[in-house]
Amino acid sequence: MAEMMYWEAIRRAHDEEMARDPLVICMGEDIGVAGGTYKATKGLFEKYGPLRVMDTPISENSYTGLGIGASFLGVRPIIEIMSVNFAWLAMDQMFNSAAKVRYMSGGQLTAPVVFRSPGGTAHQLGAQHSARMEKVFMGIAGLRVVTPSNPRQAYGLLKSAVRCDDPVFINEHELMYNMKGPVPDAEYFHPLEGSEITRSGTDVTLLGYNISVHWNLKAAEILDKQYGISAEVVDLYSLAPLDRAGIRQSVAKTHRAVVVGEDEAPVSVASEVIAILNEECFFDLDAAPVRINSANVPQPYNHTLEMATIPNHESVVRAVLKLFGKA
Amino acid sequence: MKLEDKKRVLREMVVHRRFEERCYQAYIERKIGGFLHLYPGQEACCNGVMEAARPGYDYVITGYRDHVHAIKCGADPKAVMAELYGKETGSSKGRGGSMHIFDAQHHFMGGYALVGGPFPLAAGIAKAIQLKGGDEIAICFLGDAANNQGTFHETLNMAALWKLPVLFVCENNLYGIGTAIERSTAVVHQHKRVCGYGIEAAECDGQDIEKVYEAAKLAVNHVRSGKGPYFLELMTYRYRGHSMSDARGYRTREEEEEWKQRDPIYLLRDRLIAEKAMTMADYEALEKEVDHYIEHEVVKFAEESPEPRVEELEKYVLAERATQMPWLTGQAA
Repeated sequence: MAEMMYWEAIRRAHDEEMARDPLVICMGEDIGVAGGTYKATKGLFEKYGPLRVMDTPISENSYTGLGIGASFLGVRPIIEIMSVNFAWLAMDQMFNSAAKVRYMSGGQLTAPVVFRSPGGTAHQLGAQHSARMEKVFMGIAGLRVVTPSNPRQAYGLLKSAVRCDDPVFINEHELMYNMKGPVPDAEYFHPLEGSEITRSGTDVTLLGYNISVHWNLKAAEILDKQYGISAEVVDLYSLAPLDRAGIRQSVAKTHRAVVVGEDEAPVSVASEVIAILNEECFFDLDAAPVRINSANVPQPYNHTLEMATIPNHESVVRAVLKLFGKA
Repeated sequence: MKLEDKKRVLREMVVHRRFEERCYQAYIERKIGGFLHLYPGQEACCNGVMEAARPGYDYVITGYRDHVHAIKCGADPKAVMAELYGKETGSSKGRGGSMHIFDAQHHFMGGYALVGGPFPLAAGIAKAIQLKGGDEIAICFLGDAANNQGTFHETLNMAALWKLPVLFVCENNLYGIGTAIERSTAVVHQHKRVCGYGIEAAECDGQDIEKVYEAAKLAVNHVRSGKGPYFLELMTYRYRGHSMSDARGYRTREEEEEWKQRDPIYLLRDRLIAEKAMTMADYEALEKEVDHYIEHEVVKFAEESPEPRVEELEKYVLAERATQMPWLTGQAA
């Protein structure tokens, strides 16, 4: 199993799928000649040419719609939206066309299209380049939403998303493209549904996805070493549908839950996970579930303020200690 | 147009007109719900263009005034009416409604209810044709008001840039919902707005089907021969309001009467009578025969069809689960 960076894993998935099927194409701003802002399509333009690796104009809603229209005829476009903040402009086509066409045509048309886009707080990108929007996508019927927390998932989720007949939104993170991790040498398809236990534990379940899985892992380490608390880290790589059974199983064992996300608390991923905890785990819980989210402000530019906005492993440790009456 | 084709299309246009008028009645009777956008007055646009193209072969997409476009592509009027009645036998199994008629088998790629939404979808269909190397074309029928959406400009740019085989047909009926075009749009003649993208464009009388046919032949040939997109503007008029809740207070009855003097069906009928290809009695018999067909076949089918089952409420949200399992579970390779 080779070590590979997150962006390299995504690039490899593109390359394999495009080599296999001439109807797999990719499109987006600067993805061709320039090789992609985060290098996820590096070298593909030279290999597959401009008809299949399309540098689009800066017209998010319409190039997204164009990809969706092509998918009605069996083309499998992988559409990169350079920053999830720009996806606001494409939501009309994503939601009104891709997510609904199967239903409103009575199953006649389907949109097997993949949207990839990074969100999250990176390095002082300010209010309009730091959005976390997975909360919006996961509430739309007809759309699958996945979010890889490591290179193995980034590779395997894209592979599965390309093959799946449903539209899939892949939520990436701007800070994670250079993260290194093992990726199977053989072709690998990551499940689009479910969750993964990243670290087993018995005292509390830390639920997270994408970058917050890493905060949770670091927190679990500290909780174990310094406080003797055994935390289980669950990776909710599928946000739509959420893995109700996986959440239930972990909390039935630990009886405590902390939900961690980089989005803002109102109507967050955590809001939905806590609703599931109420529905599935109410009598298993020994304490009220807790959520940890970003402050509800447009992301500030100033670095100190920016860091004060988003949670980290320390916020998780503090919340768990409070849950155990140790803080 | 050949005489036989003119006679056939006259009957088709009468079917389209009577179908729509019967929808109006069913809506008043509350058998059709939701929003209902009717096509009378504009029949020569869809019919003229599609006579020059290949219905059922070329891909067609449009907005929410979509019943006639679907039927012209080959959709069974019975299935379209059943859709309006919300029945399981409807073209979208009762899940779509008036604004979302689909018939993929006949390459009618649907009616969409966000103004301007179909522009990029049409270009995408054309992109798929280009990739697959076929000689079909994509035809996008929309109204003049759609051209005030960003998707119009964004799509024209990409369609021209990539020389996509797509024909944009603008049915300019002079009103966007209840606002006159000169009150919403700086340039009334829509084909002039296209020149900035280097796209071939023309304007044509949309009431005279023979003129539409001739203009559309040039347009279709241009697109099919690989010269890239084309924009055809057809000047027309809708007799009814935008949808059913519209009392047409924004325009005069005199203006409506003036347009009805150039009714697309009567223009063709009178020409055929003048050419001695038919008599007024023939036409009256045709209307009677069509009325009988609409009432006793189309409406009857819709009335007698079953409702969708509530147990299947979620059936078409995602692809059939059983077929997707390798990707959902990761058990593929």
